[in-house]
Amino acid sequence: MFKQNTLHYLSVAGFAWLVPLIKLATLENPREQVQEIVRLIGLPLVAILIFLAIWSTAASRINTSLGTFPGPGAVVSATQGLFQEHLIEREKAAAFYERQEKRNEVKLAKNPNAEIKIRDYTGKPTYFDQIITSLITVFTGFLIASLIAVPIGITCGLSPLLNTAITPIIQILKPVSPLAWLPLVTMVVSAVYVSDDPMLSKSFINSAITVTLCCMWPTLINTAVGVANIDKDLINVGRVIQLGWFTRVTKIAIPAALPMIFTGLRISLGIGWMVLIAAEMLAQNPGLGKFVWDEFQNGSSESLARIMVAVITIGFVGFILDSFMHTLHKIIAHDEA
Amino acid sequence: MSTYLDISQISIEFPTKTGPFKALDKVDLKIDRGEFISLIGHSGCGKSTVLNIVAGLYEATEGAVILESKEVNAPGPDRAVVFQHHSLFPWLTVFENVEIAVKQVFKGKKSKAEIRQWVDYNLALVHMSHASHKLPAEISGGMKQRVGIARALAMEPKVLLMDEPFGALDALTRAHLQDALMEIQAELNNTVILITHDVDEAVLLSDRIVMMTNGPAAKVGEILNIDLPRPRDRLALADNPAYNHYRAAVLTFLHQKQAKTETPPPQIQSAEIPIAEVKKAVGA
Repeated sequence: MFKQNTLHYLSVAGFAWLVPLIKLATLENPREQVQEIVRLIGLPLVAILIFLAIWSTAASRINTSLGTFPGPGAVVSATQGLFQEHLIEREKAAAFYERQEKRNEVKLAKNPNAEIKIRDYTGKPTYFDQIITSLITVFTGFLIASLIAVPIGITCGLSPLLNTAITPIIQILKPVSPLAWLPLVTMVVSAVYVSDDPMLSKSFINSAITVTLCCMWPTLINTAVGVANIDKDLINVGRVIQLGWFTRVTKIAIPAALPMIFTGLRISLGIGWMVLIAAEMLAQNPGLGKFVWDEFQNGSSESLARIMVAVITIGFVGFILDSFMHTLHKIIAHDEA
Repeated sequence: MSTYLDISQISIEFPTKTGPFKALDKVDLKIDRGEFISLIGHSGCGKSTVLNIVAGLYEATEGAVILESKEVNAPGPDRAVVFQHHSLFPWLTVFENVEIAVKQVFKGKKSKAEIRQWVDYNLALVHMSHASHKLPAEISGGMKQRVGIARALAMEPKVLLMDEPFGALDALTRAHLQDALMEIQAELNNTVILITHDVDEAVLLSDRIVMMTNGPAAKVGEILNIDLPRPRDRLALADNPAYNHYRAAVLTFLHQKQAKTETPPPQIQSAEIPIAEVKKAVGA
């Protein structure tokens, strides 16, 4: 029973490829499990190896002004380099806080009423800090987009008239690139968000709003379509038992449209992540986009390899975000996604 | 004393691109309390439309439906509907599917414990107590339909409307459910309108069979009183001359008097589309 549950949770969480490994470990039908492992793990592994081989040969033939194009080996060593920098920076930070604490202790020992100052460490953000910043930014933008898109989508789905009215606006705004929005967002944020002690930096707000503007459309459209196409019989059941308008929306329309809404959210988050990198490059929000831009401007012999690390990180994080949404979909919505 | 349910001269027209389409023409039917009526006819003849008008889901262009001396013009739980495709909410369990209706219909009249009891009672009536915690996707088609019937019964309707409730089921499951329905009917003695295209089902279950003419502008063709004693047993009836006589009468009506032409007139096909469009337009 415990094993069954574990296996079920693994499949829901998108780790179906782990299932045969666990089954093999518990000696359940070993022959079949080995076949499954070859299929689910072996095949993709072979494909990855072939890809690495092609990449490595191709890279060695491309010469740029910053040296040869980084192959897999260069990327691995660049990753190690970035990790080392991260550790060194963390040590520096720890040393800084230790010094500060000691200084303050000495001060207090001399004079218990002395005013002590506690300052934050202001070293440069490491690669891993930048990943975290990017994640926070994309989720902020995505959250705002969802909070706007889902209610509007539901309203559009319920009212064919409203839907007809605003469809052209949606269709025109949908394909606009983040790079076009960003200058406008920057100017508006500069004008509107004036504060002496800003809680959030402007570059963060610029990037987040740009993400919002670009990623709200799939959710909006999918929600509207989902709500508009609910099985008419379900609505009729609601009418027969005389549910009020509000209850019909919350108890029937929204749950029925949840699978579609989640599909929209998943696409939105994917687009948001893609858009964020571009937005961060221009807005100089301290995230992965800025990292790529800084390395490009830096132009050292290491730069291309470090940018390649970012490319792979962006891909991985995007993949994880997508799996995360897929899992959420399976847990919350009622369909078999 | 006036009739319990009076379907009085109802006609309905649907707007189409090629002008109004008249689906029903002065359908007239009087039903007594506790009567079991079957509406039978070829597909597309508008029998479901009659049921939807009685349910209040469609509004008749002419005529009216009068239930206990009151005109019906909106849907309500006193005319509970069992839909062809069960129409259970897939995200609610069997229990919750019945409960959502009971809670709404008996709001302020039953306590929490009474609601729970009443849901359980109705699930027991259709022999579905064992699956009350399951989701609709986890039970069979026949079981889903039982739950749909339990939900409708739980509303204590004055008239139970059933729109081809067993149409999507296999023959054995259908027979089981017909027997279950007869059992329940013997106990509760509801007034029922059943839409069907199954001749055996109509003869087995009904007190009267209302045969409808082919559309467009369908009307009541013939009415057949089924004078078979209850409880009825399908095996015993198979050899019963009266039963076979009734069957033959319905078959003659369907296949001789109202024989469907090989190529159905184009209006009938177009009738399906405008109805869907109308529903969309009114946001139903």
